[in-house]
Amino acid sequence: MAPRALAATLDTLSTSPADDAARGPARLLDVYRMLANVRQLDTSAVAWQRQGLIPGYAPMLGQEAAQVGAGFAVDKTRDFVFPSYREMGVAYTLGVNMVDYMSTHKAIWHGGLYDPVASHFAPFQAVVGGSVLHAVGWAHGQTLNGASLGGLGVGLAFLGDGASSQGDVHEAMNFAAILKAPVVFFVQNNGWAISVPTEQQVAGGSVAARAAGYGMPALRIDGNDVLAVLEATQRAVAHARAGLGPVVVEAMTYRRGPHSTSDDPGRYRTLDDEKIDGGEDPLRRFRSVLVEQGVADASFFDKSDADAQTRADEIRDGVVALESRPGSEMFDFVFQESTPTLGAQARQWREESEHV
Amino acid sequence: MSESTKSATLEIVRETPLLQLSMQQAINRALGEILDTDDRALIFGEDVGLLGGVFRVTDGLQQRFGANRVFDTPLAESGILGTAIGLAMAGFHPIPEVQFDGFAYPAVNQIITQLARMNYRSRGTLPMQVTLRVPSFGGIRAPEHHGESLESLFAHVPGLKVVSPANPQQAYHLLKHAASMPDPVIFMEPKARYWNKAGVDLAADEDIASLEGSVIARPGKHATLIAWGAMVSRCLQVAELAAEDGIELEVLDLRWLKPIDEAGLAASISRTRRAVVVHEGPHTIGLGAEVAALVSQSCFDTLRAPVERVTGFDVPYPSGDLEDEYIPNIDRILFGVQRVLEYRRG
Ligand SMILES: Cc1ncc(C[n+]2csc(CCOP(=O)(O)OP(=O)(O)O)c2C)c(N)n1
Ligand SMILES: [Mg+2]
Repeated sequence: MAPRALAATLDTLSTSPADDAARGPARLLDVYRMLANVRQLDTSAVAWQRQGLIPGYAPMLGQEAAQVGAGFAVDKTRDFVFPSYREMGVAYTLGVNMVDYMSTHKAIWHGGLYDPVASHFAPFQAVVGGSVLHAVGWAHGQTLNGASLGGLGVGLAFLGDGASSQGDVHEAMNFAAILKAPVVFFVQNNGWAISVPTEQQVAGGSVAARAAGYGMPALRIDGNDVLAVLEATQRAVAHARAGLGPVVVEAMTYRRGPHSTSDDPGRYRTLDDEKIDGGEDPLRRFRSVLVEQGVADASFFDKSDADAQTRADEIRDGVVALESRPGSEMFDFVFQESTPTLGAQARQWREESEHV
Repeated sequence: MSESTKSATLEIVRETPLLQLSMQQAINRALGEILDTDDRALIFGEDVGLLGGVFRVTDGLQQRFGANRVFDTPLAESGILGTAIGLAMAGFHPIPEVQFDGFAYPAVNQIITQLARMNYRSRGTLPMQVTLRVPSFGGIRAPEHHGESLESLFAHVPGLKVVSPANPQQAYHLLKHAASMPDPVIFMEPKARYWNKAGVDLAADEDIASLEGSVIARPGKHATLIAWGAMVSRCLQVAELAAEDGIELEVLDLRWLKPIDEAGLAASISRTRRAVVVHEGPHTIGLGAEVAALVSQSCFDTLRAPVERVTGFDVPYPSGDLEDEYIPNIDRILFGVQRVLEYRRG
């Protein structure tokens, strides 16, 4: 799927990122290391599911460049990310505790066990399009708080091509544009929403194109080119940070794996389709760039991949060690201030289930 | 229908060879027959076409009936229900699917403010023959919102009928019946039971009356367990265990959650004189409260104990690891039975 109308929309953003270190070699190597980490953890998680360690997982194979590129553009001291359920790569890049993140896939706690406030990464959530309006509200809160030195904190909403069909997402875009909220709508257009291809999902073929109707700028980029993603997201964030309002970034990528470990893509696409539509592997692409620029060589890649394996193994040990939460926690987090009825139910649960 | 005719029907059923179908297959078969016989019927939702739905309930239907009759929609539940309403106004009989119970929530506005009221608003001139299929309830260790119990919410809304089959035979016949009704019906499929096979008698649907109200899934005399959906089979297990101790539990499968079979409840409980309602949904203002109120009213003089409720707790449906703590398990149901059996007045 070739990215369309790329250059035309880039010009609409006059701001450039404050931090140009992204182009420096050290940063490039960091980006590769993170791509390797994410690829390894993702591949491992699929294996964990096959081994019975976790009941299910939604792989992000093929979307590493989109997620890591976007993640590197986030200032985790003041921005806030609103993910869906496939943003493992964004979480990893932001430094979210990955054992705690993976706990949701081990069916331990729906939102994951990581601290969303400390991580600047909202709880994992499964409702498609469900958190996009939250990004707008949070971002408007930053406007109300007033810009600190260096500009506003930016809310980044992560959504898919499928999610772009939800009414909530259209409402979010309109609210954001009306409020001039510092939001980046980061759309990973990975070609599929389970079995439904983007052509049957997104009328007009582009989520970015809708932005014009809401009077906001949009960038439609090659989501498998990690540097293009990084630069576009940095520009979008800088635009929002400067108080100029929301931006849509549509990263054209491809879901190379199944929708989830219980999906069977053979029912709706062929291996040939996958090969053609998937294009070149985003990691391999970035490796070529690094080699061409003389920034990295085979030994660097080998070392990075080996380190990624070590980190994935460490995370696996952590996930293995994770124990179920006590059943009493079902009652503990319903309210800040619990109720007598709930207290009585918790006691009854203890008597009948723990026999105490 | 009286008890004697019911058991007579059962006898006849046993003589004909039964098809062994899972509930998922039984529903698939019913949907195929509906599309075959009612050319106004349409099936649509997320991934119901080529994929056949995430539970394969619509497997093969698009191939058989074409993409005009069975089609994938964009990913928007409010859109699915809202367009279903318009299609019904145009004279079609939509049978939309929401992929999981928890994703009916984005459609709740259209369901409550529009679907449920159109007949009333239009003074009966715009009937809503819409059958909304909802894979329902928990028990499959799924992610958040993939295991919710919405029956109280839907049953509370004037203008909606609600039904939940407990086995493949019921699923097949109740769905065909629901789809033929001129009003909106929420069809709650117990997803934890999709893969369990049981005998289905395809010819047993001549008698519409047998598809209304509740059924006695197991006769007994010491207390009645009232359940629906996946909890029926769990209550049957409980009754089996209790029988080993000489306690004969009747299991009443409510089936229709709206309208509720008041007469069926009264008939059973006036005999057993004790009742335990079992459901997965939260306790407070759960459907068990309605059942308890109805039973207290109809059986006040004969009840030996207050109606017990064994239910989910007033907490969001927990993650897979804790779901066995949440869904009424055999122990908790037995505790409820014990309470009604040991209750002493005064
Ligand atoms: C409101 C809602 N409806 C349905 C679902 C079931 N579902 C989960 S993911 C998905 C497809 C999402 O596609 P997209 O937004 O493109 O994200 P992707 O899975 O490609 O990352 C669907 C239909 C859901 N989780 N939430
Ligand atoms: Mg997608």
